[in-house]
Amino acid sequence: MISLHLPALQVVVPLISAPLCVLLRRGFGAWLLATVIAWTAFAISLALLAQVLSDGALSYKMGGWAAPWGIEYRIDRLNAFMLVIVAGIGALVMPCAYHSVAREIAPERQHLFYAAFMLALTGLLGIVITGDVFNLYVFLEITSLASYTLVALGADRRALRASFQYLVLGTIGATFILIGIGLLYMVTGTLNMADLAARIPALQELRPVRAAFAFIVVGAGLKLALFPLHLWLPNAYTYAPSVVSAFLAATATKVGVYVLMRFIFTVFGARFAFEMMPLGEILMVLGLLAVMVGSLVAVFQTNVKRMLAYSSIAQIGYMALGISFASVNGLVAGIVHLFNHAAMKGALFLALACVFYRLGSVELDAMRGLGRRMPLTMATFVAAGMSLVGVPLTVGFISKWYLVVAAIESGLWPVAVIVLVASLLALVYIWRVVEVAYFREPDGDAPEVTEAPAAMLVPTMALAAACIYFGIDTELTVGVATEAALSLLEGGP
Amino acid sequence: MIEAMPPGLVLIAGAFLLPATSGVARKALVLALPLATLGLVWSIPDGPALTLVFLDYTLTPVEGSRLGRLFATAFALMAFAGGLYAVNQARVVEIAAAFAHAGSAIGVAFAGDLVTLFVFWELMIIGSTLVIWSAGTDSAYRAGMRYTLVHLFGGIVLMIGIIGHIAETGSVTFEAMHADSLSRWLILAGFLVNAGAPPLSAWLPDAYPEASPSATVFLSAYTTKTAVYVLMVGFAGEGVLVWVGLYMVFYGIIYALLENDMRRILAYSIINQVGFMVTGIGIGTQMALNGSAAHAFAHIIYKGLLLMSAGAVLHQTGKRKCTDLGGLFRSMPITTVCGIVGAMAISSFPLTSGFVSKDMIGQAAGDQLLALVWFLLAAGSAGVFLHAGIKFPWFVFFQKDSGLRPPDPPWNMWAAMSLFAFLCIGLGVYPAPLYAMLPYAVNYVPYTSAHLVFQFQLLLFSGLAFFLLLPQMKRTLTLTLDFDWFYRHFLPRLCRAVASRGSETRRRVEHATMTRIRLVLEPFFRFHRPEGILARSWPTGGATVWVAVLLAVTLVIYYWQGAR
Repeated sequence: MISLHLPALQVVVPLISAPLCVLLRRGFGAWLLATVIAWTAFAISLALLAQVLSDGALSYKMGGWAAPWGIEYRIDRLNAFMLVIVAGIGALVMPCAYHSVAREIAPERQHLFYAAFMLALTGLLGIVITGDVFNLYVFLEITSLASYTLVALGADRRALRASFQYLVLGTIGATFILIGIGLLYMVTGTLNMADLAARIPALQELRPVRAAFAFIVVGAGLKLALFPLHLWLPNAYTYAPSVVSAFLAATATKVGVYVLMRFIFTVFGARFAFEMMPLGEILMVLGLLAVMVGSLVAVFQTNVKRMLAYSSIAQIGYMALGISFASVNGLVAGIVHLFNHAAMKGALFLALACVFYRLGSVELDAMRGLGRRMPLTMATFVAAGMSLVGVPLTVGFISKWYLVVAAIESGLWPVAVIVLVASLLALVYIWRVVEVAYFREPDGDAPEVTEAPAAMLVPTMALAAACIYFGIDTELTVGVATEAALSLLEGGP
Repeated sequence: MIEAMPPGLVLIAGAFLLPATSGVARKALVLALPLATLGLVWSIPDGPALTLVFLDYTLTPVEGSRLGRLFATAFALMAFAGGLYAVNQARVVEIAAAFAHAGSAIGVAFAGDLVTLFVFWELMIIGSTLVIWSAGTDSAYRAGMRYTLVHLFGGIVLMIGIIGHIAETGSVTFEAMHADSLSRWLILAGFLVNAGAPPLSAWLPDAYPEASPSATVFLSAYTTKTAVYVLMVGFAGEGVLVWVGLYMVFYGIIYALLENDMRRILAYSIINQVGFMVTGIGIGTQMALNGSAAHAFAHIIYKGLLLMSAGAVLHQTGKRKCTDLGGLFRSMPITTVCGIVGAMAISSFPLTSGFVSKDMIGQAAGDQLLALVWFLLAAGSAGVFLHAGIKFPWFVFFQKDSGLRPPDPPWNMWAAMSLFAFLCIGLGVYPAPLYAMLPYAVNYVPYTSAHLVFQFQLLLFSGLAFFLLLPQMKRTLTLTLDFDWFYRHFLPRLCRAVASRGSETRRRVEHATMTRIRLVLEPFFRFHRPEGILARSWPTGGATVWVAVLLAVTLVIYYWQGAR
């Protein structure tokens, strides 16, 4: 019985927990509830993935209303995989959140933090699970509003400004998506993705469809921080509370990439996007710019959190690049990197949360000699960092491999070279942290610090372990990504 | 699935285990791990022993072959002797890193496909960099950094080549190929970077001598010899390698003759010796390949021995320049004898391992009627005796009396040296076991009167030349410049020199030049610095303009596409 309604529960359970968090009015109670709910959501997502892997795509009619009139939740391999990524990161971040939030957020606001966190989680899961474009927009707004709140809770006063900028740009992005959806509704009369996909091919010549395509791609580009629409991201990630940076960096931009993929391949169809429209060229240019600029800017940063934010922009460039090839290997690279990047950036930002918890700073100078004082945290940072560089036997290598294969398949040798040179730049900026942490002596007046609490350390190390495990055993990630890529290219949800 | 574990994994896993142990257990582990690996190496039958599916490919992480086993045996022996040499003196992180390095090299020797090869290739880089850094000095840190950058660059070249090769042929198998397309040229180039081939040879003498005494011993064996192994499997008979190899032979000799630091002499001599092997691979006949393989095996042992004796001197005296040393035979007899045995082996004295291996390459050149190659190889052999055979032992152990009276090194060091000295002579006297391991049936008799006469002439005359030219050979306090000088010193010094010139007009001219250089480079970096246009925080309005621009541009493009 319950298993039939898992798709609804996936969204409803965290949604209900949000007001409950507010009602609890106590930081600890809210944290406990949120943690239990996050793990429940993770369990549901795993059950859904297992179901989809064994039985194929499943469809769920919300409230019993049949599509296309009612809202349909449609779960295929791609979004089942995304659900696991989002819920999994949520579940791993929560145990860390307790200590980190206690240090960074005033006690009277902590329960609000957990409520907003649950709303953000709800929204992200909803965007991924739904098969209805308007429903997608609604969840997009839920998650965006919750994220603005979460960023604004950062201790630094600049967090407010960052949040405001995120709000303005995020709203523009959401509005663009809404305009695109409206245009599509105008010419097709439907909001269901499968229905849209069936009707658009006959209407491809219409200008509103093309305008909708432009609006939706740019709107999604804002959400996923595609260069040069990334300007909200560095400040938002830098000044947000540590666990929020970890959660958003690992999930929010990935969901943005998912939205882009869903619209391009499922709604508009690969033929329209890449053969009639020059989306491949546009994404490739922007992706390459993102990779180079993001990596180079990261090299010059002195705040490690900000450095990782710019690195995220570069990594998103990799995903855009993967999509731009419109080939199986390119898409596999993009999809598998969704997972891989979530794992490594999650681990890196959580490691920084540990550092901030003990040190009160994530400036490069403050981290001198930290390798000896917080050995486990820094070892985790190095492991995830090596993964970001793409060292063999880590997940980063898998993504890089597919991306280079896709580039060479398309005969684009220079692109392959740029990808690999950028991975050297990643080594340079990760190395700056390693050098400071392991090869520099701490200042005389540096505070005595010890290892972070186990509740923070264990999830961080689990993510770093995932970076290595899934770099060796790629059956699950690459397997799912390949199937998802094939079905995306065939078209239709 | 675990029918055949990659033998190298024992050492790699042991590397992680070592820091967790202490005392006797650690020492036992250091000695036991290489022996266990050696046992595993010989338990792997010919042919694919383990396959697994990774990504879309069927990989063969373990594939036994005669050649791979030969190299893996040498690598494991080296790990054992190096471990024995280092066990009491070196930091545990150094031994651990060296074992990871050795394990990865053994992994390469058993890699049946290009993906496995690349993975172990990169792990080797990590291991060796950590070995260099474990010296803990500032110069070792910087040298390690340069070392890594060169090798990561080589790794990128190799990776693009491998992926291109797989895309072209659809096969991941690591087998003989020809440099006939861009991707295979890139693979060859990636291999050659590790072999110490020009123009990037300088990484080797730059990095190895900066490591600790025992670390240099480890380093000498693996990186270049794995490159020899993969070249032999992949590019046997590739004509260009003959000339690359000959270049390396003479490059090594010339720089070693000019050098004053004893371990840098030996480092240049590695390039020289690898040059012989690469030449043999380029000739590509069975005789030549046998010669290169045998020479690689013998070289690992005698170069390890030479660096052990140099390391023992460094460990006991703390001095590394020939000008500071001399007359040590009085108080370090064991080290002296071992150093001389190594020097004899490298110069191919009869009854040493060098004699039974190296001349096979020359013989192969002769058989193929490659007269010029043969002459150059013979000249190179004479040069080896000059720079390594006489120069190293003469200046370190004899020459003048430097007044130093250090005792012989601790027991484990001289035990390791004696083991290798024994092997050098043993293989020279009784080469049959070595010949039995070679990839092809051996059709070569080392001890003929013609060989002996030729070799003694060579040695006598070059020995004569050395002592006649002794005044010129005597090293003063010098530094030799290599290609790396350009990027390490020339550019920075040029900048400093430009900044400190006194004359006003000159300063103005130079200032203008510098400004122009800055004009080219600066904007590029300026955009990316924290205050730069690409990195600073934008006002919301400015960010919105970008959104509008992008939307407008895409709209126009999409409409225009429709209007066509």
